[in-house]
Amino acid sequence: MAASFAALVLLLVLTIFLRRSQRLLITAGFSLAGLASFLAAGAGFLTVAQGMTFRIVVPLGLPDLPFHLRLDVLSGYFLMIIGLLALFVSIYSIGYVRGFLGVRPVTSLVVFSTFFLAGMFLVVLADDALFFMIAWELMAGASYYLVMFEDERLENRRASFLYLLVAHVGAIAILLSFGILAGLTTGFQGFEGYTFDAMREAKHPQALATAAFLLAFFGFSAKAGVIPLHIWLPEAHPVAPSNVSALMSGVMLKTAIYGMMRVIFDLIGVFPWWWGALVLVFGLISAVLGVLYALLQHDLKKLLAYSSVENIGIILISMGLSMIFASFGLTVLSALAMIAALYHTLNHAMFKGLLFMGAGTVLHATHERSMEKMGGLIKFMPWTSALFLVGCLSIAALPPFNGFVSEWLTYQAFLLSPALTNPLLNLLVPLGAALLALTSALAAALFVKAYGVTFLGHRRSRHPAVIHEAPWSMRIAMSLAALACLALGIFPTYLIHWMDPITKFLVGDTISSSAAGFGWMWLTPIAHDRASYSAPVVFVVILAVVAITYLLLHSRAGTIRRGPLWGCGFEGITSRMQYTAMSFSMPLRRIFGFLFSIKEKVHHLPPTTHSAFPGRLQYHLRVRDRAWIWVYQPISDASFWISRRIGRMQHGRIQVYLIYSFVTIIVLLIFSR
Amino acid sequence: MNPTAAAQLNSLLAALILLTAFALVVQRRMNALLHIFAWQGFLLAVSTAIVGFVGGAHHLYISSFLTLGIKVILLPYILHLLIHKLKIRKEVDSVINVPTTMMIGIILVIYSYHLTAPIRELSTLVTRSTIAVALATFMLGFLMMITRKHAVAQIIGFLAMENGLLFAATSATYGMPLVVELGVALDLLIAAFIFGMFFFHISTTFDSLDVDQMARLKEED
Repeated sequence: MAASFAALVLLLVLTIFLRRSQRLLITAGFSLAGLASFLAAGAGFLTVAQGMTFRIVVPLGLPDLPFHLRLDVLSGYFLMIIGLLALFVSIYSIGYVRGFLGVRPVTSLVVFSTFFLAGMFLVVLADDALFFMIAWELMAGASYYLVMFEDERLENRRASFLYLLVAHVGAIAILLSFGILAGLTTGFQGFEGYTFDAMREAKHPQALATAAFLLAFFGFSAKAGVIPLHIWLPEAHPVAPSNVSALMSGVMLKTAIYGMMRVIFDLIGVFPWWWGALVLVFGLISAVLGVLYALLQHDLKKLLAYSSVENIGIILISMGLSMIFASFGLTVLSALAMIAALYHTLNHAMFKGLLFMGAGTVLHATHERSMEKMGGLIKFMPWTSALFLVGCLSIAALPPFNGFVSEWLTYQAFLLSPALTNPLLNLLVPLGAALLALTSALAAALFVKAYGVTFLGHRRSRHPAVIHEAPWSMRIAMSLAALACLALGIFPTYLIHWMDPITKFLVGDTISSSAAGFGWMWLTPIAHDRASYSAPVVFVVILAVVAITYLLLHSRAGTIRRGPLWGCGFEGITSRMQYTAMSFSMPLRRIFGFLFSIKEKVHHLPPTTHSAFPGRLQYHLRVRDRAWIWVYQPISDASFWISRRIGRMQHGRIQVYLIYSFVTIIVLLIFSR
Repeated sequence: MNPTAAAQLNSLLAALILLTAFALVVQRRMNALLHIFAWQGFLLAVSTAIVGFVGGAHHLYISSFLTLGIKVILLPYILHLLIHKLKIRKEVDSVINVPTTMMIGIILVIYSYHLTAPIRELSTLVTRSTIAVALATFMLGFLMMITRKHAVAQIIGFLAMENGLLFAATSATYGMPLVVELGVALDLLIAAFIFGMFFFHISTTFDSLDVDQMARLKEED
């Protein structure tokens, strides 16, 4: 771990010297970042495997308030996730950032990526509230500058401001939550309670613990992008450079999940069932609405950003279930749901990282963000489209890839919930399972759309430029991420065995004895007669079916002929006659239209040719987030109104300001007497 | 020196400090303001030294020397230079006329006595009777900042407030810890330099040191 930070510091020093030679800076900088990430991932992996805990107290910071660092299994797990994806993304960046050469200086990108990585590593390592907040803000601040990277566009500046605003509102809530927890340790008397150790030891009275939980949940939700706090996500992710969006969506959101787990399970520890129900409900809302919003997007990166909202929702669903089970003392089930949450966290980091890298590659090659101008890219970019397909299959939860395993585990947790005795929960849980099923189906449709419109069919853009396949470093990075998706999907039993210490630490039980009870081939979460899944067998069968089909088709020469597209006798087929991204989602827009604010406009253009031909139409569609209108518009209006009112107090005359403070002092003195 | 005599001497000094505070509030000529301010600092230094001697709190001697060095010699000198450099001659005009200001000042003094009555009952220090004066000095300094329009006069008001605080600390608890006093002294010095630069910029920007001009910086709506 120390070596990892040494590499990051070395990288910063190197940046100063290499500012002149941008090309060398990119190669050396991102190689070092990759090395640092690799070391961090290794450290995290070993920590979890051996169930170790390291502590260091660094005598830095404020006097008498040193920084505490701790590497335990939970931090180790998230460190591994961050390190692994950061390794892939660093390799990817070597190729991707070259695209900026000659366009703009990339020094700031390298510097702030380094700070961003260091911030994320430190967040999971921090073991006191002070250091946690410092690392948290380091992460938020660095990512703000990364979103701002192409700052000449108004859109980017607006997005990064929105991001900073939401991040800070969240950070304040987290700070207040830590304030309550720290205050409880000393009875609101001193500052000694700022370490997480002290918070673990303290007794938490119900009311104050609830306040701390609600604040922490709110604050971390703002970072994770839980609906209705998600608005910054679809703005900030598309405008950031793609390597940054991969990191932000893949792992930065996960630090918020880490924060929730740390505060709820580790620091507070004991909680009533309705906390879990609350998390579950917000998870469900985020999952369903996230995927629906994603379906209506035609900007590829915006679509992926909304899909992150959905996946965070799925993680929260499992976490909420785990909390519910834990509060009823069903530790095995709680461990199962927790495994599902942790597994999905890792999976999402891998496939969302892969998809954002893929989207970045497409962007890099076509310089287009709108899917309406893409299409047919599979002919130009075979590697990228194959790897993007792996990401789509994973995120759509199709076996044998990793998304299936974690979602299947979530369903298992849902199906085992009749063990609960609370009638309200017995109502909520089946509803939740149904909504999760709906989400999965919609997610599959979403990625059919994303893949089909982008890579299949004919090219839609009117300016057919030459499109090149991505450079090797980007292909390697995406292949590694795709391999990780496949490996995580085929060998879940190893992973679950490896994750034992984490559930032991968080909820006090493990499931690996039953999960891997039938050998490494069969995943049997609770009991083999209830449910079992053998990823290797499924993989081999799929592979065999594909191989047999391929052989049957290609065994004889001449079975496959390539000819022009047959349009049922119609001659003038153009690429504009294909399904577009907008038309693909039209049925869903009709069904779920009440959830969005939709403005449709149809223009009848004057006919240019003979009246026997059909008239020309122009169709405009504008979809806006209801959350923006219902939640944010009133808040922003109110804050402007209050600001204007307060502005009247500002006369600009020093004497008046002095009178304000003088009167305050006099009044306070009267009261203090 | 026996404690009674020291207390009497201290009360006399307190009365003189209060007098200088009133003089600061009503004096209109800039040079005279500086002189009065220097005298106030001198009285404060003497009073601090006496309290240090009687109370056996020897760190107060250092505080006394600091007051003497900074508030009696250095700051008036800096302000003097500034006034000459910026060619400030004109009389200082105030927002409220002199008799009204005096009336407000007297009300503030009575209020201070009223406020500190319970402390006088409890305290056993020789300086207990001067706390009210210290508070009054502080408030008069504040009043001066409010009533004056000229930036240099406002700074003198600020420094007089600081004198009041130091006096309050000495008379209420035999002074603050030495570290704090050293810090305050350093702050004052730095503040004086910043003020100096600030004045220079104001006077070059607005062609005047009248703080009313700064109302023009306000955002229009």
